[in-house]
Amino acid sequence: MRGITKRFPGVVADDRVDFDLRQGEVHALLGENGAGKSTLMNVLYGLYKADEGEIAVRGKTVTFGSAKDAIDSGIGMVHQHFMLIPVMTVAENIVLATEPTKAGVLLDYGEAVRRVTDISTRFGLAVAPDARVEGISVGRQQRVEILKALYRGAEILILDEPTAVLTPQEAKELFGIIKSLQAEGTSIIFISHKLNEVLEIADRITVLRRGKKIDTVPRAGATEEGLAKMMVGREVLLRVEKKPADPGDVVLEVRDLHVNDDRNLAAVRDVSFVVRAGEIVGIAGVEGNGQSELIEAITGLRRPEGGQVAVGGKVMEHVTARKMLDAGVGHIPEDRQRRGLVLEFSLAENIALHDYCYPPDSRWGWLFPRRLVQRARELIKEFDVRGGGPETRAAALSGGNQQKLVAAREVSRDPKVLVAAQPTRGLDVGAIEYLHRRLVEERDEGRAILLISLELDEVISLSDRLLVMYEGRIVGEHGSEASEEEIGLEMLGAGRKEPTAA
Amino acid sequence: MSEPLDPQTGSEPEQDVATAPPATVAARLAFYQRAGGIATPIATALLAFMIGGLLVLATGHNPFQAYWDILNGAGLNWLAHPWNTDIANTAAYNFSQTLLQTTTLILTGLAVAFAFRCGLFNIGGNGQYLVGLFCANWVGVSFVNMARPAHIALGIVAAAAAGAIWAAIAGFLKATVGAHEVITTIMLNWIAYWLGNYIFQQGGPLQAAANKPLDVPISGDVADSARLPVFWGDSALQGLHIGFFIAIAALIVFWLILSRTTLGYEVRAVGFNPAAAGYGGIKVRTNYVRAMAISGAFAGLAGGLDMMGYLFHYGTIDVQATSIGFLGIAVALLGRNTALGTGLAALLFGGLVYGTTHGLQGGSIDPSLAGHLTEMIQGLVVLFVGADVLILYLWNARRKLRRRAEVEGAKAPA
Repeated sequence: MRGITKRFPGVVADDRVDFDLRQGEVHALLGENGAGKSTLMNVLYGLYKADEGEIAVRGKTVTFGSAKDAIDSGIGMVHQHFMLIPVMTVAENIVLATEPTKAGVLLDYGEAVRRVTDISTRFGLAVAPDARVEGISVGRQQRVEILKALYRGAEILILDEPTAVLTPQEAKELFGIIKSLQAEGTSIIFISHKLNEVLEIADRITVLRRGKKIDTVPRAGATEEGLAKMMVGREVLLRVEKKPADPGDVVLEVRDLHVNDDRNLAAVRDVSFVVRAGEIVGIAGVEGNGQSELIEAITGLRRPEGGQVAVGGKVMEHVTARKMLDAGVGHIPEDRQRRGLVLEFSLAENIALHDYCYPPDSRWGWLFPRRLVQRARELIKEFDVRGGGPETRAAALSGGNQQKLVAAREVSRDPKVLVAAQPTRGLDVGAIEYLHRRLVEERDEGRAILLISLELDEVISLSDRLLVMYEGRIVGEHGSEASEEEIGLEMLGAGRKEPTAA
Repeated sequence: MSEPLDPQTGSEPEQDVATAPPATVAARLAFYQRAGGIATPIATALLAFMIGGLLVLATGHNPFQAYWDILNGAGLNWLAHPWNTDIANTAAYNFSQTLLQTTTLILTGLAVAFAFRCGLFNIGGNGQYLVGLFCANWVGVSFVNMARPAHIALGIVAAAAAGAIWAAIAGFLKATVGAHEVITTIMLNWIAYWLGNYIFQQGGPLQAAANKPLDVPISGDVADSARLPVFWGDSALQGLHIGFFIAIAALIVFWLILSRTTLGYEVRAVGFNPAAAGYGGIKVRTNYVRAMAISGAFAGLAGGLDMMGYLFHYGTIDVQATSIGFLGIAVALLGRNTALGTGLAALLFGGLVYGTTHGLQGGSIDPSLAGHLTEMIQGLVVLFVGADVLILYLWNARRKLRRRAEVEGAKAPA
């Protein structure tokens, strides 16, 4: 690809980008959200037409009018969100649009299964051809997508942020698959914004920033710091810098809390802890050990079975989300798209999500849209939310900016306690750095911060005190100098102080 | 396969956002609406009319002539000489009748649209319309000594309240036991239907005393003091009554509530994303009940205005033939659940309803075919607009059921 330029109204998504891929290599395309990685690959896959520049496959200049042309040239793409039909079987999905037929009209299902088995053994990607796609895990679905591309004869495979939807184990498996495909001679373009992945899997790395190619470097000699600097355009602190905490009064106190999950099974058992003004208390743990239920109980979204939560010394009873908000609990929820934002609402409406019912946003039930917009304009500026104004829909923002918007809303309400659940999940380095710095700043201003994260690095580097949660209990407490190994063991249940009755 | 560009910003869609389908039906519809703008509903209507035309052609008639006749039947040719408002003029009369239908359809359309904005599918417009109509009939026949403004106001309030209560039952069941509003509103339609059959039947509580010896299952006539003033035409000839302005006002109220009040903010937030609304401190269940009640009030008001505006009495046969509440679904869907859209769609269907029935002139098509043409176009509109929305809705419902089954399954071994 030479000199590829793609413009959208108002933006240049890709600006004279050169990109080359060698036979049998894994070439990573690295960049922040919105850097133009996906657009570039959509041009290569024939989904967008480049405004300028040319594409050559094996020395031959080509023009792709559609994805079909690209597929015919041996290019396959696995999108981040799969394009599979859930009710159909694996084999049916793979042969879709090129299905073997009986008598010209009927699907020859036996033949389809046979072909799928062939191809899956050839590339060493085990799948069950008869399983329905809706019944298999996301990691398996991705495998089906890869097989679909290979079935159509792909020799160049584009993987668009393939690990974003995977668990760490599934990601490991995927890397294994990529290595074996590489051994078979397939060339792979790996789109990502995660530095460690790229360093693990890629042979060469091309960095894009704001639609421009910054450089292509071999893996040998590349470092996380160096790549991060290329991505963001300045030095990035991958480590958080902070002064020692100066804790004040107890602001949040949780005592003997019991909470059940959706299935009405005990999820939080007998949890007690305090968070003081001016400190960050982190909760580490493997996903599904009661962290979500704990947060929901503290923020009034789930009724506890027993125990109490006190905010600023006042015990909260018959809690509702509204009561907790009014008591001064701010909450950055773990899923910003499902809970943190109404994606169809404008930024201004989203900023007002808690306070729409109070002056100055409204009075006597009348809403004042202009005031919403005015407040949003101030916060968008203060929190450096990019990608839109007060009237833009939240869905149009990038993940990092959505999270900044949520943070802006929660922090601007001046909460006594800020509960931050996985505040940097799925964000790129620039946004992560910003949010980390912001959390430390809020701590220094005297807020009590409860941080829940699955990223061990993150909790360890940010927290002044750290609690480890396992099977709904707090199984360990550490100061800021905790060792990763020790906490890791506790997260897996090895550090249990008391054996559970079950 | 290509991902849509965001038409508002024109920028590259963020991978994790644009491709993830919006969570709720209301959100999906909003997405859809933005993508197509005004073009989609117009295309939808045109396509429906085209297919209808093909059917006319298949029966050996000229579709252009047929549509021209329907257009004249709806009185739209009156717009060419609007200074002649005398209803002795056929075009003027037909147009006034179209507006009479439009009045009802605006309100039954709003009944569907308002619930939809809260993420609820109110299929019960017909039942809510009926109970509103019953109450208005009862008030109109009973309190004969009241002053006219008070009598009219009482009838209107009673009709709206009846519709509101009727719909709120479904909202309440949804909020408390999670009963799906599609199912409950359909059942409430049948309850209203049989209620109507009962109250007007031989010996029923609202059967007119004068009819009793004759075995006629028809109600008494609304007293003169409860009849809405007619401003175009003659009260005895189904003149256009002031309910038309009430319907127009309802469109404005609908818009005001949704875009200028905290109540509307809550409704929209719940409609787009109940989880985020709850997180924001909004009481989601309360909103379900309230939104259904407001929806039902619109439909009940429609029934009340019809009763006090031009029907004046009702019988069991009329109850059985009532379907104007269902037409509200097509109106709301075509109007994209907005105030302006609902108003325009109501005018379109109002014209169709009248133009293919009483207003139809000329022999270009069989009158019975013409009558069915309205139903067909209605059906096609719902199909085209609703297909995507409905499929997603059922899909979500199914996923919810399955999740519940999983939860049950997981509970058993533990």
